[in-house]
Amino acid sequence: MENQATYNYKVVRQFAIMTVVWGIVGMLVGVVIAAQMVWPQLNVGPYFHFGRLRPLHTNAVIFAFGGCGLMATSLYVVQRTCNVRLISDKLAAFVFWGWQAVIVLAAITLPLGITSGKEYAELEWPIDLLITVVWVAYAVVFFGTIAIRKVKHIYVANWFYGAFILAVALLHIVNSMEMPVSMWKSYSAYAGAVDAMVQWWYGHNAVGFFLTAGFLGMMYYFVPKQAGRPVYSYRLSVVHFWALIFTYMWAGPHHLHYTALPDWTQSLGMVFSLILLAPSWGGMINGIMTLSGAWHKLRTDPILKFLVTALSFYGMSTFEGPMMSIKTVNALSHFTDWTIGHVHSGALGWVAMITIGSVYYLVPRLFNREEMYSMKLVETHFWIATLGTVLYIASMWIAGVTQGLMWRAVNPDGTLTYAFIDAVKASHPYFFIRFLGGFMFLSGMVLMLYNVIRTAVAGRPVNAEIPAVVAHA
Amino acid sequence: MDAQTLVRVIVTVLAFVCFVGICLWAYSGRARKGMDEAAQLPFLDDDKPGPGDKQS
Repeated sequence: MENQATYNYKVVRQFAIMTVVWGIVGMLVGVVIAAQMVWPQLNVGPYFHFGRLRPLHTNAVIFAFGGCGLMATSLYVVQRTCNVRLISDKLAAFVFWGWQAVIVLAAITLPLGITSGKEYAELEWPIDLLITVVWVAYAVVFFGTIAIRKVKHIYVANWFYGAFILAVALLHIVNSMEMPVSMWKSYSAYAGAVDAMVQWWYGHNAVGFFLTAGFLGMMYYFVPKQAGRPVYSYRLSVVHFWALIFTYMWAGPHHLHYTALPDWTQSLGMVFSLILLAPSWGGMINGIMTLSGAWHKLRTDPILKFLVTALSFYGMSTFEGPMMSIKTVNALSHFTDWTIGHVHSGALGWVAMITIGSVYYLVPRLFNREEMYSMKLVETHFWIATLGTVLYIASMWIAGVTQGLMWRAVNPDGTLTYAFIDAVKASHPYFFIRFLGGFMFLSGMVLMLYNVIRTAVAGRPVNAEIPAVVAHA
Repeated sequence: MDAQTLVRVIVTVLAFVCFVGICLWAYSGRARKGMDEAAQLPFLDDDKPGPGDKQS
């Protein structure tokens, strides 16, 4: 039987292509709202106002671009490392189409102003229910495939993907507890400070498990494969995994410093955020050191450049994060653009770069080609993306610290030195640089789409043969 | 100390002990061989596109 002899590349291919497509859509909306910050007249009508488009941007880049990237790579890695085809092709197809439906519904409802108002969980209750069903199906496909694996050991990348799938299910269900009052309106089951705490327990773990654990799964497979060397230390990867699992869940309160949240909870969140530096850097070092002895490959291989640069930005943002969680630092940084810069050093530098590198690895294999249509374009994409990210982060650092200092400046008589508009005026040039950085990053994605299309046209969509079961395992 | 607090303390301490245990195990001599083999796992599987790939 053909199905027994090949891997299911179809669903991987679908998700991989949609990763690029949704990446462009989500980043385009990001560039639009960045432009709205520079030229406020671009806020037209109720539907294309910053307030409506901003959640559309975050949902599109996190759940559409990031989500499709995670699903593409996890379903590829789980098949290849378990030496077995996905447990169900039909269910896998349902996961793909269901997830696309969620994304389309988000793109319709958010501009219409239909929102539950919870950051990164804005979608209203009917969509929340659909997400739950699709996610459970995804979990069944992933864990079901692990259950029927032909290799005894479960490779570490699958542990990270598995933790991502389980934790996101838990987070989504707990945070989305809500009482519907009509078809498109609901209210949270929680109230006051508890609601805020649940929201940021969710919000921070969305960063920890959606945007970190899942992408670390990518790192543990694609970095060794592309470098042609096993991971630097497998035992470190085991400790890395459990350290992240035991620590991340506690760090959420750092989003609520100096609020109505009990003081001890804030301090606890800060302490655990500081502890998080250790596993984060352990993982980063493990990834980067995988290249030891193969550093020369970095000079010629743009895919490896993407993967390693991603790890460098991961190290940077996981140093910056704990630092910003210190209450006295947070007193300066909170509500300023420094936070936006920090998020994008993680989102563009880490999440997007590791995804882009992994998709460049996957696409030729999914279309039976030796490599991408143009490696030169991949190299160009790498430099545009890196420069764009640096412009973005640097401008937001300057804007953020400027804002924080101006807001807190007081005259000798105790009155505020600056009106709010003074800080806005001071930030204006940096908003333009941010727009430029974002625009560059988006242009890189357009190059990528062209390159992917040319590769797909030159090749043919295939399902790879499953190699004979490996001896020792 | 009420029962709920006690349970929280116990769970937290157990989780910590469990983590320390995992670290000790991962770096023990006994785990070494299995770990070294596991690290090779992605390379036992050659995913270069080949002529055996079937049109889908």
